[in-house]
Amino acid sequence: MEQVQLQEWARFTPQQRFQRYAIFALTALIVAWALSSVNIIWEWVWDAPTQMGDLFSRMVPPDPANLEQILKALWETVNLATIATALAVVLALPVAYIAAQNTTPNAVTLWIGRFILVSSRSVNTIIWALLFVAIFGPGVVAGIVAIMFRSIGFLGKLLGEAIEEIDPKPVEALQACGASHFKVVLYAIVPQVMPTFFAVSILRWDINLRESTVLGLVGAGGIGVILQGAIDTFNWQEVSTVLLAIIALVVAGEVVSSYLRRKIL
Amino acid sequence: MSTARDHWRKQPFIPNPVLRYGLYAAIAFYVILTLATLPIDWDRVMQGLSRAGRIFGGAFPPSFQRSELLINGFLESLKIAILATVGGIFLSIPIAFMAARNIAPLPIYYLGRAIVIVARSFHPVIVAIIFVKAVGFGPFAGVLTLIVYSIGFVAKLLAERIEEIDPGPVEAMKAAGAPFLSTLIYAVVPQIMQRQIGLGIYQLDSNLRASAVVGIVGAGGIGATLANAFGRYDYDFALAITMVIVGVILISEAVSGAIRKRIA
Repeated sequence: MEQVQLQEWARFTPQQRFQRYAIFALTALIVAWALSSVNIIWEWVWDAPTQMGDLFSRMVPPDPANLEQILKALWETVNLATIATALAVVLALPVAYIAAQNTTPNAVTLWIGRFILVSSRSVNTIIWALLFVAIFGPGVVAGIVAIMFRSIGFLGKLLGEAIEEIDPKPVEALQACGASHFKVVLYAIVPQVMPTFFAVSILRWDINLRESTVLGLVGAGGIGVILQGAIDTFNWQEVSTVLLAIIALVVAGEVVSSYLRRKIL
Repeated sequence: MSTARDHWRKQPFIPNPVLRYGLYAAIAFYVILTLATLPIDWDRVMQGLSRAGRIFGGAFPPSFQRSELLINGFLESLKIAILATVGGIFLSIPIAFMAARNIAPLPIYYLGRAIVIVARSFHPVIVAIIFVKAVGFGPFAGVLTLIVYSIGFVAKLLAERIEEIDPGPVEAMKAAGAPFLSTLIYAVVPQIMQRQIGLGIYQLDSNLRASAVVGIVGAGGIGATLANAFGRYDYDFALAITMVIVGVILISEAVSGAIRKRIA
């Protein structure tokens, strides 16, 4: 009588299992390190739910007394985001042109373009805003310039990638006909990157709308200034009105941008 | 004998001329109106150039003298990011199941979507300032903020992934009489695990970036160090901090990109 060796099914080989346990252990170790050494006052943590409940109860009901001013600030926020996006789009075009490998005049300009993109992208809007509030003083100008600086990197990077991915045939055809460099760009490259250009600009406008709601917290204009004022005076009912207004703005921005994208593309 | 030569013209972007010029005029009108009505103090802006000169003059060369402060700030940011990612992912998984149309019954689906929308609508800085008021200054407020931030992103994308799963295994298990929880664990989770891990690693990177920012409003980490340096006009130290932030962000982006490429 032959003994049938029944093998038990296992999802992973022993080596895979060992790897998985090692990764779990490492993750647990890192979390334990973070948890044990982070500078948290644990009494505050246990107290947090009560405090949050307390804060929330003071926010209800939202107080619409200052609604007119809030709506004005909301409109200012929209304008700030829109103007900054428009300026950034204009400035991003030449940057994208020199940061794309196939259109950049030479290696030096390529690296200049890439340097602009990386430095713009890796500094957050709020940090840019801190800098420009110190330069231009508190107000919308600092906000506009901060958003512009952050957006140039985003727009330039995505547009540059679009330029690198174009079909080279129209460019060659125009060059073969003897078209000037300017005409090659205008008639062979621009039409091909147009859809990306609009999609990316609309996307960035949506992001900028969100970001401009917080610029006021560092003094750079928009609805954030009112929010900061209400928080500093412990006017929690007004805070909740402002928060509701911000949600409405962000949702409206998302609706508008998705409508525009469908319409244009 | 003169022949009228055909001249090709580029097709205008909007064919209807009334609409086209109308749109241009509307845009010009909007820009002028906005620039005119925005509360801008031009005198103060004009002073900007000389101030910029002074700030950049003070910022060079960047000062790394207080590197201990810098390193401690960064370690705190890293800890905030790690704890928030762990907490955020644990909370995101049930919320993602709630917000997936093919799993959750309608009322729970709406609740899940509402949580995701609220978490996504607020910029982390706003969430941070509320938490700082509620639970006090320091890294705990930062962790809570970034947990909310992580939920908004991870739960949304995970819910979308859950809605795209192959329904075959789910039906097979239901037909075999498996209870609801077993169906989730054995039919749904294996299909979304890969995306979940990718999202988790991406979110760790993203939280590290955001933790530099939420510190500016008092939620701990390197952002607090930066805001202090700025407030005390220590522009050389502020530049050093900013340079290190940029460097760390670039490294963390490269690492997270490499890991995600290996997983996918």
